[in-house]
Amino acid sequence: MSSVLQLQRQFIDYTTSLHNEGYLDNQFTELQKLQDESNPDFVTEVVSMYFEDSDKLLNNLTTALQQRNVDYKQVDAHAHQFKGSSSSIGAKRVTNVCAHFKGFCEAKNLDGCLRCLQQVKQEYIFFRNKLEALFRLEQQILQAGGSVPMVE
Amino acid sequence: MGVAADSQFHVLAVDDSIIDRKLIERLLKTSSYQVTTVDSGSKALQFLGFHDDDEVNSNQPCVSPNNSQEVEVNLIITDYCMPGMTGYDLLKKVKKSSSLKDIPVVIMSSENVPSRISRCLEEGAEEFFLKPVRLLDVSKLKPHMMKTKIKETHEHQPQHQENNQEQQHKQDQEHQEQKNALEILEEVESEQQSNGSKRKSIEEESVTKQNKTQIQLWPICRFD
Repeated sequence: MSSVLQLQRQFIDYTTSLHNEGYLDNQFTELQKLQDESNPDFVTEVVSMYFEDSDKLLNNLTTALQQRNVDYKQVDAHAHQFKGSSSSIGAKRVTNVCAHFKGFCEAKNLDGCLRCLQQVKQEYIFFRNKLEALFRLEQQILQAGGSVPMVE
Repeated sequence: MGVAADSQFHVLAVDDSIIDRKLIERLLKTSSYQVTTVDSGSKALQFLGFHDDDEVNSNQPCVSPNNSQEVEVNLIITDYCMPGMTGYDLLKKVKKSSSLKDIPVVIMSSENVPSRISRCLEEGAEEFFLKPVRLLDVSKLKPHMMKTKIKETHEHQPQHQENNQEQQHKQDQEHQEQKNALEILEEVESEQQSNGSKRKSIEEESVTKQNKTQIQLWPICRFD
């Protein structure tokens, strides 16, 4: 069984790599700053909201692009929403793909849109998996009686 | 009226995104403000007690701000891009309303569009924040809310004769409030001069100068 120190080390390394690889940006750190004793679950709450919201948005995007006559304004609206929420969470790579997605919507480029949809789904799954791994690490630290280090 | 404890400031936050609502609520609560969040401009107007015929150029007698509202709101912070009524539409409606026009309005947007920013500022928005909004942005809100408190104190006339000791203490307290507010306004002014402010600097300077004059006149009017 890993010691608290080992777990904390792991946590720091993992968070750092997520930032370095562009999965997370400073906005995620800002979210962590808003968490305190009176709101100990703030980050997990927001992230859960984000996952729920994103699942819906991805479904909407998929449906909208399956229509015979694609309504690009509608697709763009969904992409815009997804970009916004991803940016608010600090999901950097997802946000960037959404930006490209919007470009293809403006150009009414179906091919581009479909490729972006695939890409954004992929990035979102990566992001979700990594964040869940991070939260698991956090839980392990807390259960071992340690505190979760702040990584700037 | 007590000295402005931050918990007395009530902010109405308007955003169609559930995540951004949660975020802005936490940011504002962390800064010790009371918060109400709504998901649309029309719900915001409903909350503010807005009536369609409530325009500035109507023949209604002049009433002090917040008179016709159910709840007092000291600042409105709204997203720009919303379905139906945009934040810009909401801003216009608030500024055209005789009962709501003195409530400071702040706009948030994920897009950095200069023409959008200047349009909002021209329409009377106090600040324009780029999303994602952070604690540093929220720390800029207080001076705007303080200005409305100063205005309110200035407009209220003494209701009845209190005993001398109470009256003196009250005057001292209010004088201290004015000094504090003046300090904050001076801070804001020097901040504006030193960093690249998102606000239109010329207009802001004249607004703060106007308030400063009001503050300087106030003690003279009251001692009767």
